[in-house]
Amino acid sequence: MENQSENRDPGGKRPPNNSSGPGGMPMGGGPPGRMPMEKVKLKNSKETILRLWGYLGKRNFMLIAALILVFISSAFTILASYMIRPIINGLTEYAGTSTLITNLLIMLGIYLVAVISSYLQTRLMLEVAQNALEKIRYDLFDKMQKLPLKFFDSKHNGDLMSRFTNDIDAMSQMLSTTLAQLISGVTTLVATIAIMIYTNWFLTIIMLTISPLFNMFTRAVSKRSMNYYKGQQKAIGDLNGFIEERITGQKVIKVFNHEQQTIEQFNELNQNYREQSFKAQFISGTMGPIMGSLTQLSYTIVACIGGLLCVFRGFDIGGFTIFLNYSRSFSRPINDIFMQINTLFAALAGAERVFEVIDYPAEIADATDCVNVENIVGEVILKDVKFGYNPAIPVLKNISVTAKPSQKIAFVGSTGAGKTTITNLLNRFYDIQSGEILIDGVPITKYKKAFLRENIAMVLQDTHLFEGSIMENIRYGRLDAADSEVIAAAQTANAHEFIKKLEYGYDTILTNDGANLSQGQRQLLNIARAVISKAPILVLDEATSSVDTRTERHIELALDRLMQSRTTFIIAHRLSTVRNSDMIVVLERGEIIESGNHQQLLEQKGKYHSLYTGASKLD
Amino acid sequence: MKKYMKYIAPYWLYFILAPLCMFVEVACDVQIPYYAGQIINLGVENGDSAQIMKLTAIMLVYILLAISSGVGAAYFATKASVNFACDVREDVFKKIQGFSFVNIDKFSTGSLITRLTNDITQIQQLVVMCLRMLIRSPGMLIGSIIMAYTINSQIALVFVVLVPILSIIIYVVVRLSYQKFVFLQQKIDELNSRVREVLVNIRVIKAFTREEHEEEKFKNVNSTLRDTSLTAYRITLLQTPLLTIAVNIATIVVLWLGSVALEADQILIGDISALITYLTQVLASVGMLAMIFMQSSKSIVSSKRISEVLDLDVELADGNNNKTVNTGNIRFDNVSFKYTHSNNEMVLNNISVDIKSGETIGIIGSTGCGKTSFAHLIPRLYDTNIGDVYVDGVNVKDYTLHNLREGVAVVLQNNILFSGTIKDNLMWGDANANMETIEQMAQWSASYEFISHFKDGYDTTVEQGAVNLSGGQKQRLCIARALLKKPKIIILDDSTSAVDTATERKINGHLYNDLKDTTKIIIAQRITSIINASKIIVMDKGEIEAIGTHEELLENCLTYQEIYNSQMGGLS
Repeated sequence: MENQSENRDPGGKRPPNNSSGPGGMPMGGGPPGRMPMEKVKLKNSKETILRLWGYLGKRNFMLIAALILVFISSAFTILASYMIRPIINGLTEYAGTSTLITNLLIMLGIYLVAVISSYLQTRLMLEVAQNALEKIRYDLFDKMQKLPLKFFDSKHNGDLMSRFTNDIDAMSQMLSTTLAQLISGVTTLVATIAIMIYTNWFLTIIMLTISPLFNMFTRAVSKRSMNYYKGQQKAIGDLNGFIEERITGQKVIKVFNHEQQTIEQFNELNQNYREQSFKAQFISGTMGPIMGSLTQLSYTIVACIGGLLCVFRGFDIGGFTIFLNYSRSFSRPINDIFMQINTLFAALAGAERVFEVIDYPAEIADATDCVNVENIVGEVILKDVKFGYNPAIPVLKNISVTAKPSQKIAFVGSTGAGKTTITNLLNRFYDIQSGEILIDGVPITKYKKAFLRENIAMVLQDTHLFEGSIMENIRYGRLDAADSEVIAAAQTANAHEFIKKLEYGYDTILTNDGANLSQGQRQLLNIARAVISKAPILVLDEATSSVDTRTERHIELALDRLMQSRTTFIIAHRLSTVRNSDMIVVLERGEIIESGNHQQLLEQKGKYHSLYTGASKLD
Repeated sequence: MKKYMKYIAPYWLYFILAPLCMFVEVACDVQIPYYAGQIINLGVENGDSAQIMKLTAIMLVYILLAISSGVGAAYFATKASVNFACDVREDVFKKIQGFSFVNIDKFSTGSLITRLTNDITQIQQLVVMCLRMLIRSPGMLIGSIIMAYTINSQIALVFVVLVPILSIIIYVVVRLSYQKFVFLQQKIDELNSRVREVLVNIRVIKAFTREEHEEEKFKNVNSTLRDTSLTAYRITLLQTPLLTIAVNIATIVVLWLGSVALEADQILIGDISALITYLTQVLASVGMLAMIFMQSSKSIVSSKRISEVLDLDVELADGNNNKTVNTGNIRFDNVSFKYTHSNNEMVLNNISVDIKSGETIGIIGSTGCGKTSFAHLIPRLYDTNIGDVYVDGVNVKDYTLHNLREGVAVVLQNNILFSGTIKDNLMWGDANANMETIEQMAQWSASYEFISHFKDGYDTTVEQGAVNLSGGQKQRLCIARALLKKPKIIILDDSTSAVDTATERKINGHLYNDLKDTTKIIIAQRITSIINASKIIVMDKGEIEAIGTHEELLENCLTYQEIYNSQMGGLS
């Protein structure tokens, strides 16, 4: 919303806000946001600017036109205010009504040109900005789709999200207002100084001396307030941290009768924040009156010296009047320029972060000598597979496993043993460093990636559903599946029953990753999605570990049906799930330490046995 | 708004002085252009430099007055708002401390935190704005008009006409664009949630090779967003040019009327210059006012959200019996319970059960069967809808909450430790516990060993969210914390799920042997956790399906057999 309210007033011309500090601080200067901006470092601003220019595409002439219009509108605005000089002088010299009317009409004309060009400029910039933003968003999204999984595993979703929101917002602001305001600020400043010199050089020198002096003064005050802001920031951090922790643990507080102690601790932090925030906000609150009074002071100085000049040097009253007006507005373009430069840098930094993603290398392309097969039967062989997310630190070492078509292979081991990594390798989310993975005797690198993945269905522990109807969510497994096929898949997955009981059945809209369903129900939908895909290879990664044992039974029935005639890899924490596998592989620190079926492993009395009897536990 | 009076009252002086100072500042500020006009009228026109110096001196006095009252206004307004917010925050926090579980459930944790942080900051800003800007902007507006009127009452009419025109322009633009911006915000949210969904589901998308499918969906949302932005902004773009042109025309009219009046000797040349300055001030003030209204509408939402918390009726009240819990007998008498009145189905149905002091009761059943709800009724975390719960023969509603909960310790499923040292956390159970007792309880909860492995032992800092402890360690510390209360009844709600069976056995051993006088209620997923309990309650769909020892249940409870087989199958 922040960005919006700024955008509502593009093209400069904000009402002069006498009572507001440089960053609008007197509004109360609450802790969130509104801190004086930090300096941003740019890596290669020239290249970034050129790329942004490229995004304007054919509309770049519109941008140039808009910028010319900004120039015209600012220059004409200053010119219009200059017209007051001949008009007033005409009045004092009794030049006659016709001169006055001519002058007023000229003034009106200039005003109209200024306003119309300003309006046209904002319209042009709007088109330019929104179209460019759409393109940038699309490119960013498109790239995200093509990035290797490695990228997502190494970056927080929040970080990527913020590129989509904050960084693009910053760019949006730059395109729609910052550029125009910068040009308008500079034009206004230059034009004002030129007209002032033309009108009276002596007063100009005085204005040019006191303005920077005043600016330095306000800067000194705002620097001081920065220090107090740090104190306030620390205090609010402590207070909010405490609030967050205690409110999250509110039920524990109740259970332990700890309300009173908590209130006392809270009061201490609250009082501290009160003191700190008073200091910070008082200092920043004085910025308004100080700046306002300084403007009044320069107005008064101009009034005094200008008056004396009129008396002793024959300075014309018209010129004097416009000087009075300029003395009020002179500091505005300077402040504007400073502020806009800050946002400009923020936007360029945002653009750099966005382009960083767009430039990230996409997933490796398919090999040129890909095999063309119609169907996969489902024999999977891992031969001496070695892999590490960081090649120097292997996660899997010498893994060799053979799965015949429709066999069930289970992987058991602690977190970090490398179980999930194996599934990442099968569908080539990551490529192995040495060894071979063969499906139907062909190395997986020789299949087209899309083909390979179409043939491997996955059911993961975290149930991932999309916003949309249940029907659509199941159909995600095979987009051309008919409704009847979806229902059949749901039946196989044991999901049909609960879906039917929902008020809207298959048309029930899932929101928020299916928050309106239970964990178990979500998992059944995931299974249905795998069923419909008809992939001959199936990966179940902790598919039942977040549901209770009774629900698990229900899901297992569905899984049993799913696993028939599919080569299945099961990764499980809970051992009850893997008992019936054809082969159980126990992993530890990336190596196979035991393998065999349930009975064989129990007889070995090794790790599996101790896990199974609960003597040791996986973490 | 009325309820906020309470927070204003102690600081009434600040609340009066701040606007008063602001009023003085405005009164001084509006004088300045007038005196500049007088410099022209009296000084320049008459060639009187002494007059110019005299008028300059007057202006300087006004400026001095303006700045001191301006700083004064800032001082008092900050005092007022900071104190106001501090008190509101304290009351909201206290109120939440008094919340019952029902109240806590009603607001989510996240929403309570937002109310305590963002929302209070918002209304704090609103206070500052009311005390300062809400005085200043209308003050400058009215002041300018009054000054214009004293200069020339006829030309002042231009001002009187201009102000409504400016207001109408702003009003119409906001009115026309408001819905569009609400819609735009929806589209922005839609796009963001699309992106978030894709980020979260990236594995699935890649596994099913649905990249193009997702792109198609995104393309739609993306171009809709562009179109919506265009329509919304196109309207607001009109505002600035319209306002500017209105003021420009007014300037021309003032100049024209001024020249007419000048010829009729009704006005002096300096006055015209002053009038033009007042015109720009009018535009500035109207713009500011519009901004203030936009801002305050946001704050009003916040203030409503805060009063929602303050106005809430806390549902549980203390009983008027002074008794404390002494033995730990529990009786459920025909209890039915649901979390909210609007729910149709009961979570617990007709529960009647008698638990003797010192017994160990295991509770088992699938998720959602009511195990936790059952346990929560004992320390009166919730009130029953039908029937009553008795502890030591006294209805739980008759105890004071403090006394009841002193006697009943609960280890909640969602175990939370607070930042501070391990010792600090354990002492939640007993603020006066000595080291010996603490160590003993650490022994009993099987925490002793891992604590002594830490370099700083009991002084090890628990970081926020206890991220430096494993799940099992957290659970064991939570048990120790509850044991330190020396309760008559202890409830463990799935409290050993992350602990291996050997350790769990150790903990259970201490519970059975060292807490003979304490009633123990153990809710568990695994049969091994409760196999030795004196009684096991099997729950299903809010009802007690069976009660008995492990052996009895194995013989005659179908559900229990089913659970047993699924968990212990291959072992027997």
